[in-house]
Amino acid sequence: MYITQHFWELLFQGIRLGSLYALIAIGYTMVYGVLQLINFAHSEVFMSGALGGVFMLTALVGTDGKTPGGFSAVEYTALALIAGAAVGAAIAFSLERVAYRPLRQRHAPKLVYLITAIGASIFLYNLAGKLFGRNNLQVPEPFHSGKVFVLPGTGPAGPRTVRSLDMLIIITAVVMMIALDLLISRTKLGAGIRAVAQDAETAQLMGVDVSKVISRTFLIGGLLAGVGGVLYAMFHAVNYTMGFVPGIKAFTAAVLGGIGNVRGAMLGGLLLGIVETFSQGIFKLEWVDVVSFVVLVAVLLIRPTGILGERTGRAA
Amino acid sequence: MTTSISELSAQVRQLRSHDAWWKNPRWARLFTIFAVFMVLSILTNKVQGSSSDYTLLFKNSWFSARGVQFLIGSVVIWAIAEVWRARGLSRIAAQAAQPVRQVKDIPALKNVWVKRASLLVLVVVAILLPTMGMFTLPYFQSVLAGQVGVYVLAALGLNVVVGWAGLLDLGYIAFFAIGAYTTAILSGKLPIGADGSPEAHPPFHLNLFFAFPIAVALTMVAGLILGAPTLRLRGDYLAIVTLGFHEIVLTIARNNPKNITGGALGATGIPTFRFNLFGIHYDWNTTDSKPYWYLAIGLIIVVVFAFRRLEHSKVGRTWTAIREDEVAAAASGVPTVKYKLMAFAIGASTSGFAGVLATAKITAITPENFPLAVSIFVLAYVIFGGMGSLTGVIVGASLMTFLPAFLQGPPSWFNNGVPVVDPKDIPMWIGAVLLVMMIFRPQGLIPSKRRAQELAQAEHGVGDADAMTEPAEGVAP
Repeated sequence: MYITQHFWELLFQGIRLGSLYALIAIGYTMVYGVLQLINFAHSEVFMSGALGGVFMLTALVGTDGKTPGGFSAVEYTALALIAGAAVGAAIAFSLERVAYRPLRQRHAPKLVYLITAIGASIFLYNLAGKLFGRNNLQVPEPFHSGKVFVLPGTGPAGPRTVRSLDMLIIITAVVMMIALDLLISRTKLGAGIRAVAQDAETAQLMGVDVSKVISRTFLIGGLLAGVGGVLYAMFHAVNYTMGFVPGIKAFTAAVLGGIGNVRGAMLGGLLLGIVETFSQGIFKLEWVDVVSFVVLVAVLLIRPTGILGERTGRAA
Repeated sequence: MTTSISELSAQVRQLRSHDAWWKNPRWARLFTIFAVFMVLSILTNKVQGSSSDYTLLFKNSWFSARGVQFLIGSVVIWAIAEVWRARGLSRIAAQAAQPVRQVKDIPALKNVWVKRASLLVLVVVAILLPTMGMFTLPYFQSVLAGQVGVYVLAALGLNVVVGWAGLLDLGYIAFFAIGAYTTAILSGKLPIGADGSPEAHPPFHLNLFFAFPIAVALTMVAGLILGAPTLRLRGDYLAIVTLGFHEIVLTIARNNPKNITGGALGATGIPTFRFNLFGIHYDWNTTDSKPYWYLAIGLIIVVVFAFRRLEHSKVGRTWTAIREDEVAAAASGVPTVKYKLMAFAIGASTSGFAGVLATAKITAITPENFPLAVSIFVLAYVIFGGMGSLTGVIVGASLMTFLPAFLQGPPSWFNNGVPVVDPKDIPMWIGAVLLVMMIFRPQGLIPSKRRAQELAQAEHGVGDADAMTEPAEGVAP
């Protein structure tokens, strides 16, 4: 059996992919919590974060194929992640300002919100295509991705090794998720986010600045998606349409864990990543997207509130 | 004590004058106009960016003569707007004593015959269109038949789902693809044999007119299968599930299971419509697009007639009730899921219907003919025209399919130059239209009166204007 032979390898790949899905899913779930809106343009926030990171890397490392080592490798990686986070946060913030705030001030119906989100999404990714070309971008390697340890079991090309890039992805994602969890459960802003998610009107009466909370929610979601984008760019093709598939998978993950529930989004992301890599082992590669959509529909039918349930407005 | 508006505003100005100069909102307006112009400078630039030089387009549209033109333009527009605003303010102050709003005379009910006559004129113009002006060019005739006709038909179907039932369907073109593939299979060009060419003895070999009822039935069943589980859920989940459904349909078409869909190459050489009955033989051949246009007009008239009857029937009124307040409708004994499902299936079958027409026109299909973007384009046509209004949808879809084709122009117009709008930029413009319409005019170009009122009311907290809320628990489905 393929999957028993490659169990550890598939599990590890699943965790790597899933931690990225989780980073994006948090943005969906937080925005859904405060606005009850599926922010379709979130996948474009992810894409722009990836582009920001790639531009930073191109500026720092150059395109001559040399890989920096030592301290500069750490520095460049950190700068690329920061650039991605900044661009993602900026795009998410201005999206809220330009597109969603006028609607919110008018109390627009939900259909109008959704169509705006779709319009913003299609506009943004085609604009990125116009600005930076429609081919794959070249991503310079910020560090030499060496072997960290070897997984049990053998793959087609010898034993499967875990490289430092894999560790970077997982560690960064875990650190950011823990930081977010603390932010939501411990800080004043987190309390504000929870209050707005529970009941925006009452929160306003209690002195919460709802507009500020909403734009900061977008900011945090964009920041995480931007970091996720840079990490994704390090092992995937980067182009203007790169956001669509991870975006929709992350939304699936958010629903899977229970939309509005931040811990649910983390769990859902990991679970979806693992399901996906194992279904790659069972079915052919080209059917993977079908499997994850079938999982989405099945979850919606069996447990419409997701695994951990919708906990909009309760402590994470 | 009475204070006129001019006095008040003078007082406000007095107060404001102590603020820092940059707090004056006019500078915020200047900044907004400047930002809009800088974005427009990029959007309207014909130059495309490159993957090796990321700053190319910014340099070309901002730090160049083009950027200076747009900078001057923004300042001029701002200055004119400020002067205009100052004049307007004094006029408002002068009018303050007058009644707030004059009640408009409601025009007497229009003579129904005037309406019918204008419709007839419209149809006659549409029929005569291929003989007029630039429409005599084969390019525009092809655009009329293959784009305008097909997408008006498709948009009419989506209008039932989005405009009347208030549901958001983002996988609408999946049903179009199902219709197209059904056509290819019924005409005997699919499934393909093991060697890649069509099988010598295909399971079906029918006249293409038979594809209409079969495709309609199939897409209706597909719509029911997809809708039955998902329409019970919260409305916004439907958007994402239909999006996923679109991807599934495309993945199946690409992966070619059992050689049924022909994989990435799709099907080629699909025959055209033929009529061989009562001794009349007619073939819609591929060299002339006009007969397809006439066929499309005929089909649109049939569909519009049917939908008009539907709109004012019990079903149409039920849809209105559901989208205005689903909970109240359910409480009044309306089986909401059943009627939502009906709207969804009718929309899906119209899409399949349009798919048959499109396939017979282009005679070759691949999975790349039905990307997700087209689903969103059709949504944009409906929104732009005015959801819920048949006239609006027809006008919106015609304009938005014709304009890109017109701006790209026939090859003879742009022999040695670039078209006004690069075809690659069209999706960007369509996204921008969706965004701008939703922010400034969600009811569309020619709104349906009822829909416009609903949208306005929902903004004042009365009713829903869509079926996006969670179905009420404990109320019969």
